[in-house]
Parts: sequence; structure tokens; C-alpha cells
Amino acid sequence: MGILEVRDVNKSFGGLKALNKVELDVEEGSVHAIIGPNGAGKSTFLNCLVGLLIPDSGSVNFDGSSLLGIKPHEINQAGVSRVFQTPEIFGDLTLLDNVVIPTLASRDGAFKFNGWKRADQDSEIIGRAEHMLEDVGLIDKRNMTAGSLSRGDKRRLELAMCLVQNPKLLLLDEPTAGMSRADTNNTIDLLKRIGERGITKVIIEHDMHVVFSLANKVSVMAQGTVIAEGTPEGIKGDPRVQEAYLGGAHL
Amino acid sequence: MITATPRKDLILMAIFTIAVLTMPIWLAPIGASYPDLLQRFAIFGIFAIGFNILFGLTGYLSFGHAAFLGVGSYTAVWSFKLLSMSVVPAIIFGVITSGLFAVVIGYISLRRSGIYFSILTLAFAQMSYNLAYSVLTPITNGETGLQLALDDPRSLDNLVGVAATEGIPPTNFFGIEMSGYSGFYFCAVLMIIGFYISMRIFRSPFGMMLKAVKSNSNRMSYTGLNMRPYTLTAFVISGMYAGLAGSLMAVTDPLAGAERMQWTASGEVVLMTILGGVGTLIGPVIGAGVIKYFENIFSAINENVLQGIFSFLPEFLQDGVVAVLGLFVGEGWHLTLGLLFMLIVIFLPGGLVEGFSRIIDRIKNRSKNGEADPVGSAKVQPGE
Repeated sequence: MGILEVRDVNKSFGGLKALNKVELDVEEGSVHAIIGPNGAGKSTFLNCLVGLLIPDSGSVNFDGSSLLGIKPHEINQAGVSRVFQTPEIFGDLTLLDNVVIPTLASRDGAFKFNGWKRADQDSEIIGRAEHMLEDVGLIDKRNMTAGSLSRGDKRRLELAMCLVQNPKLLLLDEPTAGMSRADTNNTIDLLKRIGERGITKVIIEHDMHVVFSLANKVSVMAQGTVIAEGTPEGIKGDPRVQEAYLGGAHL
Repeated sequence: MITATPRKDLILMAIFTIAVLTMPIWLAPIGASYPDLLQRFAIFGIFAIGFNILFGLTGYLSFGHAAFLGVGSYTAVWSFKLLSMSVVPAIIFGVITSGLFAVVIGYISLRRSGIYFSILTLAFAQMSYNLAYSVLTPITNGETGLQLALDDPRSLDNLVGVAATEGIPPTNFFGIEMSGYSGFYFCAVLMIIGFYISMRIFRSPFGMMLKAVKSNSNRMSYTGLNMRPYTLTAFVISGMYAGLAGSLMAVTDPLAGAERMQWTASGEVVLMTILGGVGTLIGPVIGAGVIKYFENIFSAINENVLQGIFSFLPEFLQDGVVAVLGLFVGEGWHLTLGLLFMLIVIFLPGGLVEGFSRIIDRIKNRSKNGEADPVGSAKVQPGE
């Protein structure tokens, strides 16, 4: 029994079949990578998990209950956090506020009217947020406006915003895209450290270096369906994968 | 960026309170210290503070807030007619009724965002405006406007045995007549309370969520926050502020007309907020003051006054100057306001508050750099 079970998910956009009978099992505590060429349906699939898209048919069960038909904020409250391909952060707010908001969301729920308290006097929340910023190495910039950060820092901030909620499942959409080698390695280290907390992760990634240093299971998608699944080593040698992913070239 | 602390907020609050209560003194030199205008400063200040809680924090631009102003006014006048000339029930009912209206209008309008939200609120306000002239005439008294009459029931007043008077009794706050300076101080104290509440909201976790709505509503949903109740609460709170302002209009001048609900009134509060500084605490109050000042003082300047001011010039120059400036005052005050508004939106998108903070920054920098700073840079640099 996995923490995330996807069965027979289909999604079409007009005549284009973006997802075709996708099946996926993610085991609790694992790091599960989804790889595949551009246009394979990886991002569409992730969007179906967080409520951004609704599949035409199929089922998505997380931790024993269905994720289909419920709103994005309910999916998050159920324990699923997501890092986007282009970082989604609160650009006008300070880094600290950016992390305080998800911290409040995980403590106080989807809505709470507390218009009389001072947010900056809530030491529990501020403490957790600052600790998180320290973890990702952004504590020195805590009073900067998030929009002014470099792309790499924005990603790290977004990761901090997700991690501070202690999600059961973390979805990462190309967490190292556009990063320098050094930043990529930093992110890998960071994600490895999170691994120690036992958060289950699903990673969509192009960078094989990232996939092979993090994942303990890999699913390969092509043309809207999962064509192969296995350990990173097993996948490397799979001829179907090389055919679909690399056009026949050898790794 | 200045981070707010409880101590700094306390100082700000103290300065604000003193500045507002001493307005009759420091506004005297610019001719703005008569009670009528001061009352309007305070009332529109409240209106703009409330509007800013919605527009400034969540970024939802309502073009229909005048509807709540009107609802507050009508409710207050009805309270004077049916219950008592005391302003307390009038204000309480005014705020509650407009709050209920805001729940309904907000619930529907907030299903959309951006321009569609603005159009929906505008549609609701215009609908209320037109209904007040037509179907709702029994409640609003149509074009004549809702007025007090000598034979109004005033049941509460009669119950407690308030002595009958010759004419229509004045609105009062535990016996204090709500006209002139006492009317201003009443509105001013309510504005100070309103300002304090708005400050608490700005600093609260709730206020932070409202800022999050404005900044990135997508991220907000994926962070597990339900946006709808947050925006609706902000909408209702700002509607209640508008209702308070509306009922205060009736308190200082007990009649209510439908023109209060027209879209121009909704537009005015948008201008006030933008002029002063959207999303700043003090900006809307300043914006409201500036606009009401222009409306009342600039519109009162006529050619004779201008002739007087420029009488030191030779006659042909004097006529020329007066002819040009005459376009900008009197009935032309809208032109001045329009130009001012354009300048601010182009050069100071953060409103007058941004202008002030830039000046303060420059002074600070100059005192740091000694005489290194040339005079030229004192000018505001566009695109900064």
C-alpha cells in the first residue's frame, strides 16, 4: 500500500490525449522521480494531483482518501505541498512573511479571523519560520522583499514555504531547472536532508544527476503514459526508456 | 523598509490622534478650519480607511462602495425618524445594515476577481442607486431625499420622555448637539478608532493573509488557505466602514439622498486612496483630506480673489495670470485635481505617502553625506 495511489488517470485537451491510463504507486518515505521527454505529460500529471486540473477519469488516492474533486487548499491541508516549475512565492512580502504564512496555514487551518492579534508577536510561528529560513540558508535575507531574490533563492524560499508545513507528500516540479551546478548541488543536499525527516517526495526532473542522486524509484513517462518503472539503476539499462527518452542513444 | 513594532505603532497612533484633534488649529491658516469641512475630512477619512482595507490589502478594486455609504445614511435617518434623535442607535444600525448588504454583494461579486469584480460591484451600486429613485421610493423618498419631519414617531425618545420641542429636534450624542465643532469631534474620535482598528488589521495574521491574496492568490491556495472567506471578511469590514461614514453624514446633516450612491462617489474614494497611497495606513486619510480641501477651497476661489492676490503685478500681466489661473480654480477645480492625480500616478505610484517618505529619505541621506548632494537631485526622479 502506497501513500499515493494513482489508478487509470486520463486527461485530454481537445483532441490531444495528455494523460493515458497513468498508474503510479508512491511508497511512504520514498523519493519517487518521474522522468520523461518534453511533452510526456509530467506537469499535467502533477497538476491533476494538486487540483489545478481535474482528470477526465481515474482515481487518485492519498493516504486513504480521494484527492479528486476537492479544492487546492483542501489538498494542501490534507498534507500535500507543491514546488512549482517557476517559483510561486509572495513577491511583495518579506522572506519572513513568506514563510510565516504557510506556518500559520498549517497551524490555524484554511481560514481564521484573528484581526486583533499582532502577527509579529507570535513567537511560536516566528520561531518556526526563522528556523526554516536558517535551514535553507536564507535567514540573512529575512527582511528582504521576496520578489528581489535570485531565481535560485526564490526556489529555496518556495521549498522552505512547503517544508515548514511538514507535508506528508512533497511534489517538486523540476526543482533545479535553471540553476547553476553549485546551486543544484546545494539543492540536492537540502533535499537529502529533508529525506531524513521522512517526507515522501515526488520529483519531476530533467537533470539525471539530480534523479540518480536522490531517487530510490523512477517512473518513466512518454506520450502520456508510464512506460517503465524501477530503481534508478534498472531504469538506466532499460532499452524502452532509452528509446523513448534518448531517442536510442546510450547513457 | 521600516518594520513595524508595537512601540512605533503606539507613537504613530499618538501623533495621529493629536494631529486629528488639533485640526481646527493647524488648518486655520489655509482656511480649512470651519466645522463643515472638518466634519467632511473625518467622514471621508473613515470611508477611505475602510476602503483601503479591501483595496489596499487584497487588491480587490470595488467600484461600488458608495452603495454602502447610501445604505448607512438611509438607515441612520430612519433610526432618527423611528427610534431616537440620539446618534448611537443610528450609527449602530447604519453599520450593521451596510454590513449585511456587504455580505450579500460581496458573496456574489467575489466569485470573480480583477476587472470582473469591479464591474460586478459597480453594477450592484448603480442598481441600488436606480432602485432608490424608483421601486424603493417608499423607503428612500425618491428624488426629494429622506428627511426628518415634525410628526416622526421617535418612539424611543417618547418612551424616555424627551421634552418635545418647537421644531425638529437636533441629532445628539447624550444631549450634545451634533453640529459644528462638537459634530466634528464626534466624527474625529470615530475616525481615530477606525484608524486604530485598521492598524490592528494591518498588523494581524489576518491582514497578512489579505496581503498574500494581493501578492499571489495561486500560492495562497496551494498553501492551504481558503481565499474566499478572507476576501469576503475584508469586503464586509470595508462595507461597514462605508456604512459608518454614511451614517455620520446623516448625523451631521440629517437627510439622505440617492446621489450619495452614484458611481462618482464610489470613484471618489478610489481617487482618495490612490492619491494618498494604496495599502499604506495613513495614505487614505491624507488623500481624503486633500480631495475634500480642493473641492471646498479651490472651488471657492474666483476671479476677484485672484485679482486680489496678483494685484502687485502690472495690470496687463495681472489680467493674463488671472485668466490662466482662473481655469484651475472655481468651477475648474476638477482640472487641478485631475492634473495632480495624473502627476501622482505617473511619478509617485505609491501616492503622497511615498512622496513624503522620499523627502524624508533625502533629508536623511543629505545629513549623512554632508554637502555632497547637489541641489538638482532634490527633485523627484521619475522611474526611481
